[in-house]
Amino acid sequence: MLVQGIKSRPEYKGLDIDPHAKRHLFVLEGEGAQALIDEVGAKGRDFLAKSEILYLAAGAAPKAYDVTLSALSPDVFWQASTLQPLLFRLRACLEQARMGTRLSIAGTEGFIGQIMQVAIEYGIDYHSIHTEHRGSMARRVQCVHCKGITDNVTTSPFPCSHCGLPLLVRDHYSRRLGAFQGVNIDAEEPGTAPEPEEMFP
Amino acid sequence: MSLNTDMPVRVAAVTQVTDLVKRFRFERLDGHPMPFFSGGAHVVVSMNDNGLLRRNPYSLMSNPDDNSAYEISVLRVPNSRGGSIFMHEQVRPGDQLTVSQPVNLFAPDHRGRKHILIAGGIGITPFIAMMEQFSRDNIAFELHYAIRSRSHGAYWQQLLDRYGPRRIKIYVDEEKTFIPVAEIADNQPLGTHLYVCGPAGMIDGVLMTGLKAGWPKENLHSERFLAPPAGLPFQVFLERSNIHMTVGEHQSILEAAEAHGCDAPYMCRGGACGQCETEVLSCDGTLQHNDIYLSDEEKASGKKVMICVSRFKGQQLVLQL
Repeated sequence: MLVQGIKSRPEYKGLDIDPHAKRHLFVLEGEGAQALIDEVGAKGRDFLAKSEILYLAAGAAPKAYDVTLSALSPDVFWQASTLQPLLFRLRACLEQARMGTRLSIAGTEGFIGQIMQVAIEYGIDYHSIHTEHRGSMARRVQCVHCKGITDNVTTSPFPCSHCGLPLLVRDHYSRRLGAFQGVNIDAEEPGTAPEPEEMFP
Repeated sequence: MSLNTDMPVRVAAVTQVTDLVKRFRFERLDGHPMPFFSGGAHVVVSMNDNGLLRRNPYSLMSNPDDNSAYEISVLRVPNSRGGSIFMHEQVRPGDQLTVSQPVNLFAPDHRGRKHILIAGGIGITPFIAMMEQFSRDNIAFELHYAIRSRSHGAYWQQLLDRYGPRRIKIYVDEEKTFIPVAEIADNQPLGTHLYVCGPAGMIDGVLMTGLKAGWPKENLHSERFLAPPAGLPFQVFLERSNIHMTVGEHQSILEAAEAHGCDAPYMCRGGACGQCETEVLSCDGTLQHNDIYLSDEEKASGKKVMICVSRFKGQQLVLQL
């Protein structure tokens, strides 16, 4: 079950190199590495000399994308073990960045949302960020009742990992939270929630 | 568009600022306070020039905090359609005019961390109100203001006195000093926004320089009011109002419709806001799109026209109006 057709559902239009950019910052997660590798295949390697890549392997670690990415010889390649140090490094990069630096993000939706959350704090208009969705369709969902956020949600409904209510996942998205909204599905008659359906493999 | 919200005002003061610029202060006739506005907003001033209705947009330049009156500054443009000449020659303190509610098509992006304002000549006016707001909110800004000569330039001395030379940079054509746009765009912190208002060539140049410096288009803002260009007269049929009319040489379709008693929607009257977008029912000829609102595809489709500035060449144009 899914509530669709809601305008706030983000669109990920794909990486696209701005030829005038003075510097590129690529923030990639898991299969998102392939998005950049494909872009290099399509646009050539010129922009790599002025590029910094921040990479989080996550579930794609066995594929060793880190080896491929560092073999591209960007100006800086930096790999994080978990999301927290990556966000810390991202903040440091954005703090020092000048206009002319373009940000690109590729990976799962939850990852893209959390990187954008930080970027917006630095005054970047989200329309000017290039994003590409790669890897799992799993969603990051906020329970509208207890406000707890659950990562990697693959079914709808799903039990909130904080308060336990069965939540219907809506396409209603909050850029501020970097999360979709989950609403209790059996509020009128508790216990009548339908079986979880695999929606976001 | 008269949502019947236009405000009758009295001209409270007229101040000669330079040879060619006058400032007008408007207070409401009914004694109520003016609506608050935000920096960058404009109003449309309606003038009755010997029975001819003229409506021109002017940026509000008074302090947005001050709701006792609105102030605009008008540059006298000799070869124009007559609105600025009317304001300069006819309008005296005590006269009555009508102004619209304020409309802002040039608002600062408050998510920005720094704001760079680039003005040419009379293009300074929206920035005067914007700077009041930035200053009040303690937001980083700098103004780069190009004038022809120190005697022709309006307000540059007052702005220097008020905000200091670190934030206000004056460039004078006569002294061969020019705004170094490329250098300015080259070294700004992430999250900077740039705004430009001035002659069309200057706006195009500044926007192009910004894009070439790798700035995203979302961080580049401009405001230009296009005066409706003159052209050969042509015939228009307004289908819903059942009006056959001729649009004169110095008239826009919107002005002709108003003269025939059709209350068409409008806001900026300068081809920028999109409010007067009108559906074309049939077009036996060529539309001359002069606006900066419709996309190139929309212009090519011939299904829509911005009646405040665009014209037509051909036999007959039928509009859903």
